[in-house]
Formats: sequence, structure tokens, C-alpha cells
Amino acid sequence: MTSPLAAGDLDATERLRRAEADQPSSPVARFGADEPLLLDSGAVLAPWQIAYTTDGTLNADRSNAVLVCHALTGDQYVTTPNPVTGKPGWWTRMVGPGRPVDTDRFFVICANVLGGCLGTTGPASTDPQTGAPYALNLPMITIPDMVRAQAMLIDRLGIDTLFCVVGGSMGGMQVLEWAASYGPRVFSAVPIATGARHSSQNIAFHEVGRQAVMADPDWCGGRYLAEGRNPKKGLAVARMAAHITYMSDQSLHSKFGRNLQDRDKVTFGFEADFQIESYLRHQGMSFVDRFDANSYLYVTRAMDYFDIAARHGDVLARAFRHTRTRFCVVSFTSDWLFPTAESKAVVHALSAAGANVSFVEIDSPKGHDAFLLEEPEMFATVRGFLMGAARARGIPGPAEIAEAPALQRAGA
Amino acid sequence: MIRSSEPVRVDLKVVAELVHQGARVLDVGCGEGELLEYLAEERGVDGRGIEISQAGVNACVARGLSVIQGDADRDLGYYPDLAFDYAILSQTIQATHAPKHVLGELLRIGNKAIVSFPNFGHWDVRMRLLFGGRMPVSEKLPYSWHDTPNIHFCTIRDFVSLCDEIGARVEKAVALNGSGARVPFNMPWSWWNLFGQQAVFLLSRKE
Repeated sequence: MTSPLAAGDLDATERLRRAEADQPSSPVARFGADEPLLLDSGAVLAPWQIAYTTDGTLNADRSNAVLVCHALTGDQYVTTPNPVTGKPGWWTRMVGPGRPVDTDRFFVICANVLGGCLGTTGPASTDPQTGAPYALNLPMITIPDMVRAQAMLIDRLGIDTLFCVVGGSMGGMQVLEWAASYGPRVFSAVPIATGARHSSQNIAFHEVGRQAVMADPDWCGGRYLAEGRNPKKGLAVARMAAHITYMSDQSLHSKFGRNLQDRDKVTFGFEADFQIESYLRHQGMSFVDRFDANSYLYVTRAMDYFDIAARHGDVLARAFRHTRTRFCVVSFTSDWLFPTAESKAVVHALSAAGANVSFVEIDSPKGHDAFLLEEPEMFATVRGFLMGAARARGIPGPAEIAEAPALQRAGA
Repeated sequence: MIRSSEPVRVDLKVVAELVHQGARVLDVGCGEGELLEYLAEERGVDGRGIEISQAGVNACVARGLSVIQGDADRDLGYYPDLAFDYAILSQTIQATHAPKHVLGELLRIGNKAIVSFPNFGHWDVRMRLLFGGRMPVSEKLPYSWHDTPNIHFCTIRDFVSLCDEIGARVEKAVALNGSGARVPFNMPWSWWNLFGQQAVFLLSRKE
């Protein structure tokens, strides 16, 4: 089966993105039939691949690697421009030279999640059995599956222990999963704006999004790639609904209020009279170019299935028994998608497990998205935590690194 | 941050002397982490903290300490028995809602408990009450009665009888006078209660 991708209704951005699914611009680790990925569903994925970027330099004893885990619609381009949109890396405020996750000091790895659409095996990838995109033939993916895939990448890169695993939202779920399932390989962990399970309310919002995608006639029962179509409207609506959950009532109100969009009075019609409507429509439409609709279904499902305690007799503390990982848990006051109570449940479980844990609730009006935005308190917290952890791990600071070559020169 | 060149609060020193090298320590109400940092430097402790104010917690984490935002009255129950060698309540017991409960929790979580507090039986407090007729406000007790986190002041004698009541053994006690010097240990409790401005107790469970 060949896909009539040449059909003229695909714009350049979308064509670019579809090409990235199999042949990403970033480095990619390919695993053959001899290195299958065992999935929680019982299915086996082989061959499969994981696309990633790195930044900074791995030190001689391989002790300074930091894994950054991205959120639902993120990607591996944490510090470098996204090849599809051309936009700068998604977390350059947090990661980079002199930033809290300092690439002058740490070797940063960020991989596209399993089920994603920018180079790691996902529903948009070509199924080697058929030569056509997997679409809904891809087995269901879970957060532990994503982490298992990352662990195999880390093995491939020759790294035994990660100095830190850090991420927000779904990235934070992966951080917790790393700590629960690969504790000895995680020296420190920074789960931000996240929880150890997806709440009923969160599942509800995801279901609305999935139903919006599947209600779009262009979804074609999931076979839109093979049929040269794209359920843009459904995916845009899913994104619009989700975007509301990333903000807060307060931030929406202060940003948009009831302001009208390019007009003095309401039109008595269904155009985007209000700025907030126009904003959401823009968010929806710009999202569909860079994201695959089936990926959205798979990855939201993975979040819904996430519940660490359920695998440990409903006692979260048991998941972290004997852990030696140092944790820094961060939440935001106005985040109603992953409210502070979810973070506190994690903190209490870690305390009960005798873990080394710090916890900060950042006062911010920006809602869930705060972790991606300018939040000086969050940066100070993560910076301080990583400095303390690096000291404990014996990773030299940037000043010491700068001195080292000078000493060598003096000795030579 | 407290640097070694700066004078260290004498009550921190007293606490540090009660803690053994490399101990596991929980500091309940750790403020901005002065004590935890001092104990890490001086005693190499594996320290954790609980602090109610966000500003305090942020300051602690930013200086590399392991501290969670929480409440002594509510959040101690999450810790398992004997999770720490020492559970410390430094200048905090007077701000808890249920001092008796908190003290019991300290002795459950920690093998030993260290409690330091301002002594409301100090002669200066008594004089202000006797002659001023008003709740004392001083450098050490800077809040007005209506706007203070300190809701459960006690005297050294009150504290000793509370220890008795909950079955805590006083292993060591130190009282500091207004200028930070130790009140001689061979004096009777009544003397300590009059001249100790601050007190530091090392407690254990009676078997």
C-alpha cells in the first residue's frame, strides 16, 4: 500500500513533519529485531527507534548525564530549534549554558517519547510489516513503556547512572516512573507540575480531546495518513480544550478578560468575537501542523493509564522503598490540572519511604503551563537543588571546569 | 547563608553539640535552613527539613538542603517510626497548635528529640508582666499578642512536666541566659526557669 502523500492539500510544514516520523533531523537510535521493546500491553515492538538530541559534554566517568523528559506535545528539541516549526527549543529557559540545567556542566539528553511523531516509533511511523504508517495498528503505549525505551537509549549511549531526570507534566510522570522502576540508575529526580497518577478529571479532558479527533471525518478510522488526509479540525478542537486546562482562570482573565478581537462590538454571530476565542483558534490551528492526530490519541492514553501506586498495592510509598534517589518536587499554586495535592501525595509517599526529598510550591498565577514559562522561583529552586546534588555526586562546577584546562596548560 | 566567619547563633551550637557525627536529622520548622546547614558543616549530618513558609522552603532548597513545605501539626504522621536519629524542633514548639502531639511524634520519628524554645518563665518576662501588666514584647519575643505565630508559650517547668506526662526522659538540658551564656547545670529547675532565656532539651522515650 502506498500513500498518496503527493496530494496537493498537504502544506509544506505538514509534509516536513511526516518525513520526520521515520527520518528525523536529530540523531536516532535504531533497535533491530534482536533488541525488541517489550510493552506493558504484552505486545513486542521490533524493530523500533528512538530519536533524541544531546547538549553539553559527557564527562570522563559518565556521571553528568541529565535526561530531560518532555510533556504531551513536546519533542526532543529542548535546546535546539524544532525542524518543523523553526521555533527555538521548548525549554531554553531551564536548559542551556548558565541555566539551571547547565549545559556547561551537564550532558543533557532529550528523547522524543514512544508514541510521538518526530522520529521515535509512533503511529505515524512506517510499519515494516506493511510499508504503510502504523496508524491504529501500533500497540498501546504506556508511560513505563516510554521510560523502558529511554533506558535502552541510555544503555546504547553507554551511560549507567543518570545524574538527574527532570521534566514537567507528562515529563514529570516519566521522572517518577524512572525513579520507581530504575531507582539505582537515577541519582536525582525533579518531577515538576505532575502526579503519580492521572486523575479522573484529567482522563475526562483527554477523552473529550480524543473524541474530537475521532469525530472528524478526515480521521478516517485512523487511516488518514494512508488516505492523504488530516483530521485538522478535530485535533485543533482537542488542543483548544486542552489548552484551557494549561492556564488558570486568573491568567485567562488578566490576559484576555472579555476583550473583543479587532472589533468594537459583538457581531451577533459565531465568529471569534472575543480575544480568547481567537487565541484558542490560533493555538488549535498552529498545533495541527506540527503534531500527528494518532500520536495525540496514543500519548494521552498513556497518561490516562498512568498510576504508579496501582502497581504497588495502592501504596505509593512501596514504589519508592529503599530509594536512594534525591528528589525535588515542584508544584504551582494555580495549576488545577496537576494541583499541589498531587505533588504532596508524592512527597508524603517519599517521606514515608525515607527518601531524600525537597518540595516547593511556587506561587504563580500562570496555571499548569507555568513550568514552561519565566518562573524565577522555579529556576532558583532547580538550580539550588542541582548544585547540591552535583556536590554530592562530585561533579565539578563550571568554574572548576574552566580552571582545569588552564592547569593542564600550565603543567605542559 | 551563614558563613564560617559570621557569628553562629549560640542555640545552634548547643544543638550541634547534642548531635553525633553523620546522624540522620529531621529539623521541624527549619526556617531558612541555618541549623541544617550548620549541622551539615559541623557534624556531617544527613539532614531533612519541614518548613511551613514558602519563602523559607525556597531559600532552603536553593541552598541545596532537602526541605519540604509542610506543617508540624499535620505532616509528621507521614514519617515512619525511627526514621531519624534526631528529630529537632528548634524555636518552633510555641508556634504549634498541639505541642503535646508534636512532641509525641518527634519521639516516634526520631530515636531522640531535641527541642529548643524561649522560656516564658524568664525573669524579664515575669517583670514585664508584673510591672508593665502587658504581654511582653522584646527583642527575643518581638510579636504583639494579637499578631503572633507563637500561640503556645511555656516555661521550662511547664515543659519538664509535659515531658513527664508523655513519658519522655530528659537526657540533657541546657539553659542559656540573656547574653547567651549557659546557666550552670548544677542549679535547681527553679533557678533555670528564672534565669534561662532559652532552653534546649535532649529527650528520649522512657522504655
